Amino acid sequence: MSYEAVIGLEIHSELKTKTKIFCGCATAFGAEQNTHVCPVCLGLPGVLPVINKRVVEFAIKAGLALNCTINKFSKFDRKNYYYPDLPKNFQTSQYDLPIAEHGYVDIDTEKGRKRIRITRIHMEEDAGKLVHSGNTIKDSDSSNVDYNRTGVPLIEIVSEPDMATPQEARAYMEKVKSILEYIDVSNCRMEEGNLRADLNVSLRPEGTETLGTKAEMKNINSFKAVEDALSYEIERQEEILEDGGHIVQETRTWDPDKGITLSMRTKEEAHDYRYMPEPDLVPIVTTDEEIDAYRKNLPELPDARQKRLEDTYGLSSYDAGIITASRQMAEYFDAVIADGADAKLAANWMMGDLAKNLNAEGKTIEESPVDAKRLGQMIVLISKGTISSKIAKKVFTEMWTSPDAPEKIVKDKGLVQITDTKAIEAIVDAVIAANPKPVEDYKAGNKKAIGALVGQVMKQSKGKANPGMVNKLLAAKLDA
Amino acid sequence: MRLYEQPAHVLHDMLVNKEITSVELTKDVLARIDEVEGDVKAYLTITRDEALKQAAAVDEKIGRGESISFLEGIPGAIKDNICTKGVKTTCASKILEHFVPPYDATVTEKIQAEHPVILGKTNMDEFAMGGSTENSAYHPTCNPWNTQCVPGGSSGGSAAAVAAGTAIWALGSDTGGSIRQPASFCGVVGMKPTYGRVSRYGLVAYASSLDQIGPIARDVTDCAHLLNIIAGHDEHDSTSSAVAVPDFTKSLVADVKGLKVGIPKEFFVKGMDADVEKTVRAAVKQLEALGAEIVDISLPHTEYAISSYYLIAPAEAATNLERYDGVSYGERVDGSGIVEMMTNTRSAKFGEEVKRRIMIGNYALSAGYYDAYYLKALKVRRLVKEDYDKAFEKVDVIVAPTAPTPAFKIGEMISDPLKMYLQDVCTVPLNLAGLPGISVPCGYSSSHMPIGLQIIGKALDEATVLRAAYTYEQSQTFSKEMPELGGKKA
Amino acid sequence: MKVTEKDMENVAVLSRLSIPEGEKGKYTQQLNEFLDYVDNLSGVPTENIQPMAHVLPIKNVFREDVVKPSLDRELALSNAPLKEDGYFKVPKIIED
Repeated sequence: MSYEAVIGLEIHSELKTKTKIFCGCATAFGAEQNTHVCPVCLGLPGVLPVINKRVVEFAIKAGLALNCTINKFSKFDRKNYYYPDLPKNFQTSQYDLPIAEHGYVDIDTEKGRKRIRITRIHMEEDAGKLVHSGNTIKDSDSSNVDYNRTGVPLIEIVSEPDMATPQEARAYMEKVKSILEYIDVSNCRMEEGNLRADLNVSLRPEGTETLGTKAEMKNINSFKAVEDALSYEIERQEEILEDGGHIVQETRTWDPDKGITLSMRTKEEAHDYRYMPEPDLVPIVTTDEEIDAYRKNLPELPDARQKRLEDTYGLSSYDAGIITASRQMAEYFDAVIADGADAKLAANWMMGDLAKNLNAEGKTIEESPVDAKRLGQMIVLISKGTISSKIAKKVFTEMWTSPDAPEKIVKDKGLVQITDTKAIEAIVDAVIAANPKPVEDYKAGNKKAIGALVGQVMKQSKGKANPGMVNKLLAAKLDA
Repeated sequence: MRLYEQPAHVLHDMLVNKEITSVELTKDVLARIDEVEGDVKAYLTITRDEALKQAAAVDEKIGRGESISFLEGIPGAIKDNICTKGVKTTCASKILEHFVPPYDATVTEKIQAEHPVILGKTNMDEFAMGGSTENSAYHPTCNPWNTQCVPGGSSGGSAAAVAAGTAIWALGSDTGGSIRQPASFCGVVGMKPTYGRVSRYGLVAYASSLDQIGPIARDVTDCAHLLNIIAGHDEHDSTSSAVAVPDFTKSLVADVKGLKVGIPKEFFVKGMDADVEKTVRAAVKQLEALGAEIVDISLPHTEYAISSYYLIAPAEAATNLERYDGVSYGERVDGSGIVEMMTNTRSAKFGEEVKRRIMIGNYALSAGYYDAYYLKALKVRRLVKEDYDKAFEKVDVIVAPTAPTPAFKIGEMISDPLKMYLQDVCTVPLNLAGLPGISVPCGYSSSHMPIGLQIIGKALDEATVLRAAYTYEQSQTFSKEMPELGGKKA
Repeated sequence: MKVTEKDMENVAVLSRLSIPEGEKGKYTQQLNEFLDYVDNLSGVPTENIQPMAHVLPIKNVFREDVVKPSLDRELALSNAPLKEDGYFKVPKIIED
């Protein structure tokens, strides 16, 4: 029996507002425990929530960027369950009238473009953080609660179960992350917990329609873990089904060290959340005009940007895809070509030397010692013929540790390319004279022997001779 | 004549005219507390030293020739479900036995800005759930008119203190009648404002869409002044109304000529308490004599209001009270794990009525029952409100009894929760509809227990309600009468 | 009997309450009496009536995204039943 996987993701993204969703406490990451709290987010007796306007704005922008319909009438609801990281023992979330619904995102798969539908997007508050006395929650006698994160605004993006492979799930999450960064509503720093996903996966016999029983894995916070956890879980479920067993609907946790998922079954498996309209908050009503204004003010999104790079600059789909995958990279690219640098060269340098060096030092593109402007200037020098590509590599390396402009580096280090025919001719003549054997081999029919001569000319010129011209002149003289 | 017998507006004039000092006044009220508090038990916390300090500060101010506000230097009390920073706030529950709020309710801030003398926090039914103050986890409060009777609830402590003279004014809260009914039972004036008129920030929530804070005082004049102080939009409360607050003292005009007064037939049912019917009908006649036009009206969904209220309020309460779990504040009773700890804590520290309402609430919200109970109740709520909207097309105010009976005996109803709920029949509709209502004394039962007249107004029309109440009050002397403590039995 | 003792127990668990054996009957009976009474609502026609969760026609109440001072940590922890190192301390969360 052959099985196919059915995967759905619920992505939680923290919104990059300055303050929490219902109170004025700061959302800044990394503060000492319980120093960003107030009566409201502590859920003290008598407190009331007031909605942060920017949370709604960001949620609407996210809805539009993810191709959703914005619900003009939206409200909050209480989702009731007991857990120590939830001070009120209910989460103020949205149930039947979320801010946005019925959207989609297109991803690139091996089989081409695929559309992943988004069921809904809603706003909710984050819970606090638990620090367990043991290694995991299961072997802890006690836990400590930090409420700094309580009330940090989240949007939850729920997908339809449209993904079929762990790779598709990863691609979907990467795309969503990229879009959220583009519209600047989230920092998406997964190491800070800004972006996490709950994964739902079930199997069914290939070609059938009925969904199988699903397992859920919560709070996955890296792309690698998304792929690994899903791969493992699919295998695990396949084994059970092939043995004739049944899948239990449950929550499982992913152990990245052991590379397995574990059941988190507790006595409280069936939650009755008893959703009810939040009486302390009034509804949110958005007009068509406001939605249009939001739509008009959206920046160029990844897909559109990629297409533009392909159409305007002739970049390959692959290259354009890489450049536009993150907003930071896309903006860096724009800055590189802003003063006339060639787009294709820019793409090559970014995906080549720049990426290599950044990865080696674990830096992000925002931390690049070589800023976009200087890279652009360097590329212009290549195009002008002032330096060769080979020399440019030296210049690039120099720029990595020096703040100097490329022109200055070229001048200081005397790296200007030699293009004067007479000068090159002189070296060519000298090399031909000093290297009789390769000359003989070339004249005898081994055209490849010219390589050694080119090498010698380059060496004599300290690499500065224009390689193209060297080749031409040598060939001309030898063929004569 | 003792100072504690005077209403705030008289005492204010006396302070301004330097006939008395705030310290003298405060000492007199404290002496009254010493005399009768043992019998009345209106308070949970008395802040004696702080009160005298506050009084002394006001006297200094007067001594410097500075002018003082209405409430300045006048002793009053705050119901113990309103947060007072640095002062224990227990909601008359064991689960908050040692809870000291690190913040003030907005209403507390507004009151404190007037520099009154705060005597302490008053007793109530636990978490405002009840109509007799018998559900307090600490002790019941006794009605100053007959200490074998209840003072009403849930603001029984506040009403009893004002009636007994152990406070000149007080704040209470009203979710289903909890200001008006105790005011009626204790022969004082109590008002529930329009929902949203007064901020709920810092009022420990019972039922969020029904709760309101309001004044309890000796007379309508004091009520109007208190309302001026506490009313107003609050940025901390998303449900607070942004509509401008008029000067309610401008309503203290004895004029109801041409005022259309609706008498709802559903509030005057066969078999109602004879004394209540007699006194309320007499009050209606009085209003007519004063120039009002009496109009018969019908509020057909009145009979469903109790059911609607007692599904909505417990549902909201069940979620509002989930936070009391022993984790970050309040009492904790240990257990082998967190679930057991939470269960042990709540089971040991919540009283019976609170547990009952939490369970009713969770039942009404639970999967499979939500539509039939909670959702249905919300729909009937709209119908109740529409009854009043329709009636107010024909009349300016509606007049009815505040409670179906005068104060009953302590212990008489406590073992029959449903019977207790049915006592709220006259008051809950206003909470469902969000309307303002006041209770003014209008007479006594044959055993000399006070009876209250309820005047109900359109949303945000406290002004007309106060005018009608003031006019009626000026025509009789009930508001001026105080109980002889230790006196008549039923 | 609308509600059995088992039903009442389930609601109690949902409410994080444990009702002593001797009182289960009383609570169950009271719950039933109550539900019998509120059954009068089923007689009210409400097919086209919208539920009313808020009495005031208020909407769009927002605050600006401006940081306000947080509570001093000592004050935030001042009512904690058990604390450690600036944290609120709670017992074992997952039971075996």
